[in-house]
Amino acid sequence: MTSNQVLSEVEYDVVGKRPVRPDGVDKVTGRAQYGDDTNLTGTLRAKVLRSPHAHARIKFIDTSKAEALPGVRAVITAKDLPFASLSKKELGGEYTSLKFASDHMMASDKALFKGHPVAAIAAVNAHVAESAMALIEVDYEVLKPVVDVREAMQDGAPLLHEDLRTNDMGETGEKPSNVATHMSYSIGDLDKGFAEADLVLEKEYTTSTVHQGYIEPHNTTAFWNSDGQLNLWTSTQGSFQVRGTVASILRLPVSQVKVTPMEIGGGFGGKITAYLDAICAVLSKKTGAPVKALMTRTEVFEASGPAPASWMRVKIGVKNNGKMTAVETEMAMDAGAYPGSPVMQAIVCAFACYDVENGKVDGYDVVDNKPKTAAYRAPGAPQAAFAVESLIDEICAELNMDPIEFRLLNAAKEGTRRIEGLVARRIGLVECLEVARDHDHYKSKIDGPNGRGVACGYWPNRGFQSSVVMTVNYDGVVSLLMGSVDIGGTRASIAQQTAETLGIGYEDVKPTVVDTDSIGYTFITGGSRTCFATGLAAINAAEDVKSQMISRAAKIWDTNEDDIEYVAGVVQHKSDEELKLTFKDLARQLATTGGSVSGRASVDPSGEGNGYAVHIADVTVDPDTGKTDVTRFTAVQDAGKAIHPSYVEGQMQGGAVQGIGWALNEEYFFDDSGKMMNPTFLDYRMPISLDLPMIDTVIVEVANPGHPYGVRGVGEVAIVPPMAAVGNAVSAATGNRMRSLPITPGKILEADWENGKS
Amino acid sequence: MEPFDFISPSSIEEAVKTLASSGDQARILAGGTDMLVQMRAGRRTAPLVVDIKGIPELNVMSYDASKGLTLGAAVPCYRIYQDATVATAYPGLIDSAFLIGGIQIQGRASIGGNICNAAPSGDAIPAVIALGGVCNVTGPNGTREILCEDFCTAPGRNALENGEILVSISIPAPQPNAGANYLRFIPRNEMDIAVAGVGSAVQLDASGQNFVSARIALASVAPTPVFAKEAGDSLAGKAVSEEAVQQASELAMAAAKPISDMRGTIRQRTHLIGVLTRRTLNNAIERARGG
Repeated sequence: MTSNQVLSEVEYDVVGKRPVRPDGVDKVTGRAQYGDDTNLTGTLRAKVLRSPHAHARIKFIDTSKAEALPGVRAVITAKDLPFASLSKKELGGEYTSLKFASDHMMASDKALFKGHPVAAIAAVNAHVAESAMALIEVDYEVLKPVVDVREAMQDGAPLLHEDLRTNDMGETGEKPSNVATHMSYSIGDLDKGFAEADLVLEKEYTTSTVHQGYIEPHNTTAFWNSDGQLNLWTSTQGSFQVRGTVASILRLPVSQVKVTPMEIGGGFGGKITAYLDAICAVLSKKTGAPVKALMTRTEVFEASGPAPASWMRVKIGVKNNGKMTAVETEMAMDAGAYPGSPVMQAIVCAFACYDVENGKVDGYDVVDNKPKTAAYRAPGAPQAAFAVESLIDEICAELNMDPIEFRLLNAAKEGTRRIEGLVARRIGLVECLEVARDHDHYKSKIDGPNGRGVACGYWPNRGFQSSVVMTVNYDGVVSLLMGSVDIGGTRASIAQQTAETLGIGYEDVKPTVVDTDSIGYTFITGGSRTCFATGLAAINAAEDVKSQMISRAAKIWDTNEDDIEYVAGVVQHKSDEELKLTFKDLARQLATTGGSVSGRASVDPSGEGNGYAVHIADVTVDPDTGKTDVTRFTAVQDAGKAIHPSYVEGQMQGGAVQGIGWALNEEYFFDDSGKMMNPTFLDYRMPISLDLPMIDTVIVEVANPGHPYGVRGVGEVAIVPPMAAVGNAVSAATGNRMRSLPITPGKILEADWENGKS
Repeated sequence: MEPFDFISPSSIEEAVKTLASSGDQARILAGGTDMLVQMRAGRRTAPLVVDIKGIPELNVMSYDASKGLTLGAAVPCYRIYQDATVATAYPGLIDSAFLIGGIQIQGRASIGGNICNAAPSGDAIPAVIALGGVCNVTGPNGTREILCEDFCTAPGRNALENGEILVSISIPAPQPNAGANYLRFIPRNEMDIAVAGVGSAVQLDASGQNFVSARIALASVAPTPVFAKEAGDSLAGKAVSEEAVQQASELAMAAAKPISDMRGTIRQRTHLIGVLTRRTLNNAIERARGG
């Protein structure tokens, strides 16, 4: 692997170095505590009975036989949820969203996807709970399902929600529909733009439902204190998100719910939604005992939140010199059982790599009988990029233009107004493209059954709220508390920013992820926000510590605070050179000068830096079998500033790998009844190590002006370009334009046969 | 997974007696790499699990250059490919043993279990058929031999009668100038189920230029593994040539009766049988010539 960083302008002491992560050794030696390691005395095991039908009305549930089975302690259905007893009038404007949230967790009137929970059991062990499941009698009226996004949009399609009407740019539709929302943005004059074009291409694209594939299944343990406090130990990307969901479904004040985030075995957006928490809470309430639930892999596939399938139409007009004159797209994404697909992000991201005067984007959020989709790494953007970047590759071929030069000619830069109206701040797309163009991978020769593809991608990255508290111990070690769950090295990267700001060693910062009672509100670890926003909170909290340390020194030296400065971990008098104390020496005197020092900060920053990436993929396609092997792959990405370059590279490689899986083999297969045919890792084909080359990385550092060290956020944009890069490479290798993901061997053979090859 | 009773007999007699008295309540466990997965997924129930790994005859692996190989039904894949003598004598069998599951699975999974599981996609079965393997079965009425190509009767079903167990597989001694190869097509590079698979074995004459005989068997293109007898027989007596190989591959394609499902379409699978037959024949020829 070649790895390097370019364009970095500033050298720091701790930031930008590659120290060992604090949680690493415990994770690789089995000491780290994951959700399933939670074992309270007397814990009952819960199992969820799930609908075998993708679409069915629940007419009647009889739980009496299950309840009578020895060892069963409680059985619940949606009737045990507070929502069941609250009317539309009582819940007012929240009615629909709360009903959807509550019904998603446990169906009350209709089962809307295969795997939809309809009842749950708590028993003395998992085997008894499993046996009891067979004793619950559910009378279903099976309805016709719809599992294709375009079919679901048709008049006459089976309706999931009789009272769902399309929100069409603020106007409510006249009749029930599976289209929950239509949204649209435009800029400039579309007709004029296309009229000015010398070449206009328009194509349609589809992508399949895919899963994040995190290794650790969802799990939760719930237990109520005698004072009515609910405790949850769970695997989540957002402890406060779980708290909020459970509190609203169970009608509790948020402060009555305490969520302890356990170590997390992967999330990629899929561990934001709370699936088991409220179920375990109700079972625990009913039994008075702790209740633990653990999903099987099949439950994870069928009943957690995959990423949506999509249908997309893209139209682009260009001048003969390659300058884009107009762009247009319509994108429809299936949200699954309840509204909320990421199509909004998809249409905003679709053309965000380009500076185009005229454009229009339309998005449709569509419900169908699949599990409700959840976030998956840059939600919506990968599908959109597959469509747009594939069409641009076709345009480059028509114009006989180098795909990177084409993108450089049209690249968005500081000041570019995007289609949703926002004007780009300092961004690093041009720099990424130049690095890719000059990379030895791009300059190397390629021929034979091999092909090379290029694509770029955009993700806005997020800010939102984060809280940090840090305490200076009397030995000079700083205890750092945060609410951000550590998925990809957060403890390390926040500790590095803390150490850098305080001018102390990385090993003198001890980071801990704490529960929701122990820290201020902190938004999810997601949106590529944590290193940026929680980092900012840490920097501000460290500044708080610094000013308090100055006060203590002033007290010791009996001088004015204004005469003291804090430079690189040393508190010193501005004019008296004799008066200086290192951070550690001063820490030793805290006990006798007023006690401990704690710094704290809560932030809600808006200065997030947009992320851009450019990927180069080489493939070889077996002309006899249609099998694609990725032979070389280079990921170039603007990190703003890589706090811990190894973890940035890991994010870039991880995104590329998930994208390669999405490109070539990953998909949900549904049968006519709406049942997923491949809910195991055997048949849901994620790439294994033998399917991948080492992913080369180049970190580009164009500092984000919204963060003291220039951090942008790196977790998500890495999954945006790979599908188009691989698809474009397959096209170069075979002459077949692949406009439907995944690009399986079977589809490549079909394309060969259509083109007259045998 | 439902609770079940577990018995680990130490002799063939004890196993046969237990199985005969339990009827369809009992399931035989060797490596368990198929059965335990099926039980956990609720696809199979087994009130009584009979673990045959403790029976000495089922763990035998003996090779004699004149008599051939006797492979106990419970011998795991790793023991086969780690035995240098066996690996040298039967590279076509090793092709299969080496690609069933991953390394951990190969530590448990047996060729005998793969055959008894009777999946259309079982990777070992075409290889054993191509090599002329015979299944040695013992039951309440004594022992009998079943040709491997006759052993699988339907998806997940085999020719064993009530109380019978597969004790071992006999594979004839390798002939001079013979070679074999098994290849499967999967979209990934490991840990997958064959979209199509072909096992080919050839025997050439001393010159290496003419076929004496050939056997070809197919996976994942019918309810059971398929012995494509005509495809192999078409080569007997012919000179080794691209045309002969091509013709055999077309006969193999004709013998394939695949379905379309999520792993592949009829046309794709039939096409792949042609590709894999050519590739396995060419590899087998190369091995027969000492390559």
